[in-house]
Amino acid sequence: MPWVSYLPALAQGALVTAWITLAAIAIGAVLAFVAGIARVEGGRAVSTLALCYTELFRGTSLLVQLFWFYYALPLVGISFEPVATGILVLALHVGAYGSEIVRGALTSVSVQQLEAARALNFGRMHTLIHVTLPQAIIEMLPAFGNLAIETLKLSSLVSLISIADLTFRAQSIRNLTLDSAGVYSLTLVGYFAMSLVLMLVMRLIERWARRGAAFPRAAHS
Amino acid sequence: MTEKAPAPLIQFAGVTKRFGALTVLDDFNFEVAPGEKVTLIGPSGSGKSTVLRILMTLEPFQEGRLTLAGMDYQEPGGTGPFKASERHLREIRSHVGMVFQSFNLFPHMSVMRNVAEAPVRVLGLSRDEAQARAVDLLAMVGLADKKDHFPSQLSGGQQQRVAIARALAMRPRVLLFDEPTSALDPQLVGEVLAVIGDLAHEHDLTMLLVTHEMRFAREVSDRVCFFDKGRICEQGSPEAIFTAPSHPRTCEFLASVLR
Repeated sequence: MPWVSYLPALAQGALVTAWITLAAIAIGAVLAFVAGIARVEGGRAVSTLALCYTELFRGTSLLVQLFWFYYALPLVGISFEPVATGILVLALHVGAYGSEIVRGALTSVSVQQLEAARALNFGRMHTLIHVTLPQAIIEMLPAFGNLAIETLKLSSLVSLISIADLTFRAQSIRNLTLDSAGVYSLTLVGYFAMSLVLMLVMRLIERWARRGAAFPRAAHS
Repeated sequence: MTEKAPAPLIQFAGVTKRFGALTVLDDFNFEVAPGEKVTLIGPSGSGKSTVLRILMTLEPFQEGRLTLAGMDYQEPGGTGPFKASERHLREIRSHVGMVFQSFNLFPHMSVMRNVAEAPVRVLGLSRDEAQARAVDLLAMVGLADKKDHFPSQLSGGQQQRVAIARALAMRPRVLLFDEPTSALDPQLVGEVLAVIGDLAHEHDLTMLLVTHEMRFAREVSDRVCFFDKGRICEQGSPEAIFTAPSHPRTCEFLASVLR
């Protein structure tokens, strides 16, 4: 049973993957809200800036983004730790996709709700925080769940900027043992287990958000 | 008894409103006295709802002048579609409330929060004060026992009564009703009209009502205005309009709705 001996190293890699994924999701979510809200509520300059960010990071390859931040940016004197670079780039990438989810959900809140808020003399901030966002977040959650799992899978690319994540460990072990079947099977199981956990957590969040009678509609998917 | 007519609270003077090529209000003139209860009737697309939506600052207008308690809707040098600053519009809105055809309650808030939220966030009342006010108003519309329910748990008639309480919680001088019973099942119309009918006795509250409930309009209004093609074609006391309309368009319309 040679594969048992791979487990400690793979587990260490999985921890790095989990950490990078969770950090990227957290930072990415903040970026998604900031850029998504800026797109909808910002003035022309602010929303254009947010649009540029979104399209730039959606329109280019994550791998090239990683290389650019890791190899090109240091040439102008800006450099981070590999892990910090990985988290930052991954967060920027999924934040761009997330901002589209936020924007879409915000604009899906009905005009009637906004008119009711206006008739009650709510200011723009109050309308956003107390009327629009609480309704929009419910709509965002299923898409955010998908994006969270996407983030986990995309995180494997950070192995290419020398971060010892699950994929990186798997490559190393395979190079030593040449046991491709065993190592990569275990790696797949590892990613799948982690995505199952993510999926479960997102489901719980969704159920929690839809608790009570406010949103009686059945949860999506 | 000769009472001097009070200065109008609302005054439209030559207001023109266009949606693209379509002229919805055409050189529109209209005045409402303080405390007056006015019903706007007419075929759909004749501009009656637009009058309410302009008063609520949900729609801008292009030409003419509109004042509320002497305050101009448009500011000199004002920019944007409303030709006024957001601050100025909020000042105007603080005097006006609106009840919508489709209720537009906030689905994520309890009935209590729907009514108490704006007094807290906008008027700066404490939670306790706002909730006390909400409890009173919910009792008035007969829904005191539903305060912890969510809108989705209420019938349309109940939702509309909550919406009326919500609008009243802001203590507006002018309350606008935009076809408040049109989205309701027939058996629920009565309970909403009863609440509106009670409000019609409030001496200080100015009410503008767009409705197709002709019998109700006749009971509660001081004045009925018949709209046609963006103008008031005929207006007068409910008695005059409903029993002796003079304009052929009014006769035609009343004949079609009263059958």
